[in-house]
Amino acid sequence: MFGYYLELGLRSLKRNPVLTALMVLGIALGIAASMTSLTLLHIMGSDPIPWKSNVLHNVQLDNWDPNAPFKNASGEDDAPDQVTYRDAKALMEAGKADLQSAMYKVAMPIQPENPEVKPFLSLGRAAYSDFFAMFEPPFVYGNRWDHAQDDQHARVVVLSKDTNEKLFGGQNSVGKRVRLNEVDYTVVGVLGEWKPRIKFYDLTNGSLNDPEEFYMPYTTAIELEAGGAGNNQCWKNSDPGWQGYLESECVWQQFWVQLNSPDRLAEYRSFLDNYVNEQKRLGRFPRPIHNNLFNVKEWLENQKVVPKDVEVQVGLSFAFLLVCLINTIGLLLAKFMRKSSEIGLRRALGAEKRQLFAQYIIESGVIGISGGLLGLLLTFGGLWMVRVLYEDYANVARLDWSMVFTTIALAIAAAVLAGLYPTWRACQIAPATQLKTQ
Amino acid sequence: MEIRPIISALMRSKVALILIGLQIALTLAIICNALFIMSQRMETMGKPSGMSENDTFMISSSGFGANFDTKSTFITDLALMRGLPGVRDAAPINTVPMSDSGWSEVVNMQPGQKTATTATAIFFMDDHGIDTYGTHLIAGRNFKPDEITFHDRQSVDWPPVIIVTKALADKIYPNGDAVGKTMYLTDTAHSNFPPQTIIGVVDHLQSPWPETFDFNGDHSVSEYVTLVPQMNAYGNGTRYLIRADTGRRDEVMKTVESKLVESNHGRIVRSLKSIAAVRAEYYSHDRAMMIILGTVIFCLLTITALGIVGMASFWVTQRRRQIGTRRALGATRLSILRYFLTENFIITTGGLVLGSVLTYAFSLWLMAHSQVAKLLPWEYLPIGFVCLWLLGQIAVLGPATRAARVSPAIATRSV
Repeated sequence: MFGYYLELGLRSLKRNPVLTALMVLGIALGIAASMTSLTLLHIMGSDPIPWKSNVLHNVQLDNWDPNAPFKNASGEDDAPDQVTYRDAKALMEAGKADLQSAMYKVAMPIQPENPEVKPFLSLGRAAYSDFFAMFEPPFVYGNRWDHAQDDQHARVVVLSKDTNEKLFGGQNSVGKRVRLNEVDYTVVGVLGEWKPRIKFYDLTNGSLNDPEEFYMPYTTAIELEAGGAGNNQCWKNSDPGWQGYLESECVWQQFWVQLNSPDRLAEYRSFLDNYVNEQKRLGRFPRPIHNNLFNVKEWLENQKVVPKDVEVQVGLSFAFLLVCLINTIGLLLAKFMRKSSEIGLRRALGAEKRQLFAQYIIESGVIGISGGLLGLLLTFGGLWMVRVLYEDYANVARLDWSMVFTTIALAIAAAVLAGLYPTWRACQIAPATQLKTQ
Repeated sequence: MEIRPIISALMRSKVALILIGLQIALTLAIICNALFIMSQRMETMGKPSGMSENDTFMISSSGFGANFDTKSTFITDLALMRGLPGVRDAAPINTVPMSDSGWSEVVNMQPGQKTATTATAIFFMDDHGIDTYGTHLIAGRNFKPDEITFHDRQSVDWPPVIIVTKALADKIYPNGDAVGKTMYLTDTAHSNFPPQTIIGVVDHLQSPWPETFDFNGDHSVSEYVTLVPQMNAYGNGTRYLIRADTGRRDEVMKTVESKLVESNHGRIVRSLKSIAAVRAEYYSHDRAMMIILGTVIFCLLTITALGIVGMASFWVTQRRRQIGTRRALGATRLSILRYFLTENFIITTGGLVLGSVLTYAFSLWLMAHSQVAKLLPWEYLPIGFVCLWLLGQIAVLGPATRAARVSPAIATRSV
C-alpha cells in the first residue's frame, strides 16, 4: 500500500508543479536558514575536546586593583582572564597538578636556510612539554620535547604541519635546524592537521584563530626575552626593563592544568587558596580571594565565545522557518480541499479514513523529504555564504554528520507536522456533500 | 459597503484566515526588527574615524635578533619614505582607528586618585603624525621635533607634553580650556610620576576599538584618544602610517614596500594595509549581518507573497460558481476585483494588528539576547504596515483579476 500511496502522492504533486515547487522551496528555505544558523551555534558552543574537557582547567587568580575590579566578557567583576608571569612561574614550580603548562603567544621571524623561501613572521606559542600531553595535538614526526628540555631552556621547536610544509616541503624534519629570530632551534616534532574549531586554550587572543605555527619551550622564550604577542593588561606601573616586566602585576599568560579526578580538583583548589594567602602576606593580591578553575566548557561560557549575532540569527531563522511552515500548511490545505470531490468519491466507494490519512500524510512526507534534501543543499550554500561573509568563521561554518541528520529529520518533521492538519481536514469530508454537486 | 458579506464569507474558512493572518503577523515582526538592526549597523559602520582614510596606509617591519637597532631604523625609514615621490607625509605609529589592536591607559586628574576618571587610547607619533592621520588641530600647538622621544622597555613614565582629542578634552575640562592644563596618564594611586601637560586639541580621532572600548560601561570613550610624542620601540618592530598624495595611494604602497625591503635586509617588511581595508575588515561582521538580514527580508516577503497568491488562487477556484452567480446577477468585473482586494486588505490588517504585538515581543527578546539596547522605535510599525498592505494587494491582484474574468455563464452550468 505504501508504494501505491507514494505513487499517488507523486502523481498528485506532478499535477500542480508550481504549487508543489512553492511548498518544497518554502520548506527548503526555512530549513536552510535554520540549519545554517544552528550549525554556527552548535559548533561554536560545542565541546572542542570532548574526551577530556572536564579534566582540563584554566587557572584564574584575582591579583587586580583593589579600587577597580577586573571586568569579564559579560561586564561583571571577575578574576582577570590571564595570569602574571610570576604566578605562572610559581605554579609551575609547585607542580601540584597532574599536568600543567604556563603558556603565551609569541611572534618571531622565521629565517629559512633555503634562500628561495623569504623570511616570514610567524605566530607561535611558548609552552611547557605538558601542553602537548594536555591538548593532544597529533604528531606525524617525532614527539614533544621532554621535561628535562623544559628545565634546560633547550633550543628546540615543534612545527605545525603548514610550517613544516613551507620550510621542509612536508618531509620528516626531526633533527633539522630552524632559525628563529637569529637563534637556531632543533626540530623535535612535527604536528599533523590540528584545527580545534575553537582555540579554547587561548580565548583572549582570538577564539576563532588558527592554532600556532610553531611551539617552543616557555623557559627558552623567557630566557631570550621574547615578549608576548597577545593581549597584555596592567593595573599598576611596572619597573623598567624585562626583569621589571616579569615581576609586574601585568597579566599576559595562560595557565592550564589537568586534574584527573574531582578529588584532585578539590586539592588543587585549596592549593591555590593557600598560594594566594601566602602572596597576600607578601603584600600582593589586595582583593578578596577569587580563584577560578573553570573546565573547558565553563571557560567557553565565561568568555562568551558564541557571538550575540549568532544567537539573533538562530532566533530569526526559526521565526522564518515558522513562516515557511504556516505557508506550507495553508498551501497543503488549499490543495487537499481542492480534491474534496475526489476524496468524497473514494469515501463513498468504501475507503476508510485511516487509508485516506495514510495516503495524504505520505504526500506531505514526500514534500518534506524533497524540501529537506533541497534544504540540505541550500544549507551548504548558506554555510558557504557565511564563510565568504565572515572570514574568521572558516573552521566553524562546516556541516557535520549530526547536523546533516538533524536537517533531514527537521525537514520531514516540519512537513509532516504541516501536513497533519490539512490531512485531518481532508479526512473529515463527508461523502454525501461532495457527491451532491457532481 | 461590501465589508459585511466579506467578513461573513471569511468566517466560513477560519483556519485559512488564521494561517494567512499569522504568516503576515510573523512577517511583520521579523522585518520590522530586522530593519531596525540593519539601521543600527548602518549607523555603527558610518561613524567617522576622524582620519583621512582614502589616501593612507600602514606598513610594519620586524627586525631579526637581539641586536637589531629599532631606534635608528625608525629614523632612516622615515627619512627614506618622506623623500619618496607621491608621499605627502609619513609618521611612526603604533595603531590606527578600527585596527582592533592598541594600547589604552587610565586617565587621572589628581595625585593619589583611587578610581580613574576615564580611559584613553594611546596613539604614539611624531610631529608629522597629525598631518599624516589627517586630523585637525583646533587649539594649541603641534609637537616640536625636539619633543619626540622613544618609548621602550626602560620607559615607565610618560612624556611631559601630550595632545588630546576634543572628546577627551571636553570630558576632563568641560569648560573648553584644556590647553595648558594637565592630566595623569598613570594610575596615581600607585605611582608618583609628574602629570602630562595638554599642549593641543585635535577635532576627531577614533580609538582602535570604536565599538568595544569603554570605561566602566561608558561607551563615549570611543573617541578618547591621547597623542603621545614618542616612537614605540618596545621590541624589534616598527610601524608607519603613510599618507599619499590624493589618488596615488596604490602606487605609493608598492613603492614604499619595495624601498623598505631594499633598504634593510635585517628584517621582514610586513602588514602592508590600506586604512580602507582596515575599515572593511573591522566592520565585516556588521556588513555580513546586514547582508544576511537583507536576504532574510527578501526571502520572507517572497514566501509570504507566494503564500497569499496560492491561497487566493484556491479561494478563487473554490468560488467560481458564486462569482459567476454574482456576475450573472449584475456585479461588474470591477466589483469582483474589489471584493478580493478588500478581502485581502481585511485579512492583512488583522494579521498586522496581531503582528504589532509579536513585533514588540520579538524586540524584547532581542534586547535580552543581543547588543540591541533599545526597544524598536514606533516608526517601524507604520512602515511595516504599508509594506505588507502593498505586498498583499500586489500578491492578490493576479488571482483577483482571474476571478473578475469568470464568465457569468458559469452560474448556469452545473446547477
